[in-house]
Amino acid sequence: MKALLYDINLCIGCEACVDACKEHNELPEEPRDKLCATNFTHLVDVGDDEFYRRICMHCVDPACVSACPVGALEKTPEGPVTYDYDKCIGCRYCMVACPFSVPRYEWDTTTPHVRKCEMCKDLTLKGEQTACAAACPTGATAFGEREELLAEAWKRISADPDSYAHHVFGEEEVGGTCVLMIGPKEVLDVAFDKDLPDEALPERTWAVMSRIPAAVGIVGVGLVGVNWIIRRRMALATENTGMVNEHGTNEKNDHEEDLR
Amino acid sequence: MKALSWMLTHPWRVVGSVVMILGLYSTWIRFTQGLGATTNLSDDFPWGMWIAVDVMSGVMLAAGGFTVSALVYIFQIKRWQPVARPAVLTAFIGYVLVGGGVFFDIGHSFKIWHPLVMWNHHSVMWEVGWCVTLYTSVLAMEFLTFVFEKLEKVKLARIFHHLTFPLTIAAVLLSMLHQSSLGSLFLLVPGRLDPLWYSRLLPFLFFISAIGVGLTMTIVESTLSARAFGRCIEGPLLQSVGKVAAWVIGFYLILRMGDVIARGAYTELWPVDRAAVFFLVEIVIGVIIPLIIFAYPSLRQNTRYLYHAAQLTVLGFVINRLNVGITGFEVIKGKIYTPSWMEVSITLMMLTIGVTGFNLACRYLPIFQTEAEDHERLQSWSRWVKQITTTSPHAPKTTKERS
Repeated sequence: MKALLYDINLCIGCEACVDACKEHNELPEEPRDKLCATNFTHLVDVGDDEFYRRICMHCVDPACVSACPVGALEKTPEGPVTYDYDKCIGCRYCMVACPFSVPRYEWDTTTPHVRKCEMCKDLTLKGEQTACAAACPTGATAFGEREELLAEAWKRISADPDSYAHHVFGEEEVGGTCVLMIGPKEVLDVAFDKDLPDEALPERTWAVMSRIPAAVGIVGVGLVGVNWIIRRRMALATENTGMVNEHGTNEKNDHEEDLR
Repeated sequence: MKALSWMLTHPWRVVGSVVMILGLYSTWIRFTQGLGATTNLSDDFPWGMWIAVDVMSGVMLAAGGFTVSALVYIFQIKRWQPVARPAVLTAFIGYVLVGGGVFFDIGHSFKIWHPLVMWNHHSVMWEVGWCVTLYTSVLAMEFLTFVFEKLEKVKLARIFHHLTFPLTIAAVLLSMLHQSSLGSLFLLVPGRLDPLWYSRLLPFLFFISAIGVGLTMTIVESTLSARAFGRCIEGPLLQSVGKVAAWVIGFYLILRMGDVIARGAYTELWPVDRAAVFFLVEIVIGVIIPLIIFAYPSLRQNTRYLYHAAQLTVLGFVINRLNVGITGFEVIKGKIYTPSWMEVSITLMMLTIGVTGFNLACRYLPIFQTEAEDHERLQSWSRWVKQITTTSPHAPKTTKERS
């Protein structure tokens, strides 16, 4: 699985990645300071010449992919989480579901797309690196196999434990992501919600969804059974009291006796 | 001119006409300029009033259909028969409007059928789409029973009468699935929904509250239609509906409070902030006050108290759905979403269509009557049909007089 490693300590805030992203995805120059339908990555200035990058994290088990009712979002085996406009109905559950608030919507059109970084799928599915990684002058954004990048990340952390938090963001969070981030603890704490669970979020809905067939079977049989018992008891009660069905038919649900 | 003078004959007709005109204007803007021009939705609040009110609350308010028909046709509580048909009618109209709400809300309205063909069985939204589609079909078949009776299509009416039991089983199963799944939708968002509302129990809480609100909606609509059509209120029957509702929302209260305490979310209540206020409003209005009224025989025997308690339950649980869909996200984001006037006008337009539809159906279809009457009528029709088909081949098709 391909991935990106972003190193906060190497980033100089030149925004070459933003320019490359704009060029590759044919997006307008502005805006470049927030995620929106025309900007898929940006740098957040946290002061002291330190920046962190926002981008789709390309989760290993993405909430958006499990949320999409029509499978318009897909986690490719190569890594990128891709989007298929022809399938999308525009329900925007992916936007609600994403733990990083990444997917954006084209609100001002009658043919809206969901827009986000797709990890330059036209390049990465062929094995080439992303536009942002190719453009980065310092190697702060690097492209490669997820396993190799993880090893590289831990190598950098153990080589310089003073300037790196002892943590690779994206190794465990929400079941792991294909964008890994390392850097000073202060910056990582600002960049990400500390309460994110390590469990992949789709497991929470799957825990319910996977039990549906059994629940339908049990409740369905239970309801028919309860109804049979009640009708049987009502029929017996009618026989015992010698009540005559007023319509002279054999339909058992005719009599008005109240069970309660 | 004639239409105008009709519109002005009653204050509610004036209100309804204004709402329809504004709603149709908003509809025009929605489908010619898109969601951005119509709504206050944004990348921060991708879901707003249409999802929380038209869809989540709409589905909940229509829950009386499966609740009451389960009690009558599965558990054979025949005494509740008179409220079964109004409840099924409310549900049918409710689900048609939910479909309408979804049609407005999704970005590609004309791709609304996609989930039926393009499957992602991991998606709660996909399951909700399927269940709502199937259940609306079930309700349409139940509704057709009324129409065939009215049109005196004896054979068809009989076939549909025989289908009542399997349709009710299907209704309960499908409702169980999608009522709870509307809660499951939010299982994906821990940390993004305030802990006062995020819970692993959301599917159960949604399902149980739907049953409670379904029952109390029955009280509301029976009281209102009794007033509108000058019928007497089935007092003892509605009281027993209130009594069952007390058990259901009492159980809900225990589950909800137990959950909030067990997760430690009650610490969010102090100091009192926006989230705490909305939480308390939801619980006090929707659960505690009605519970007291429903639980004490001396209070619920007062028709007015019973009606207002039922209204409060409905209001409180609509606030609950708004809290899950909007407030709980606002609190975490630290931003506020307020619907635009066009969003409000379209929701009100849906409500107006629903009330009008209910009114018309009550006027022209056999909604308020007992099954004994239905049976009697079917019997007499079949005798009549037999007579005319065996004795006179040229008998007129429809000659039946009605009192």
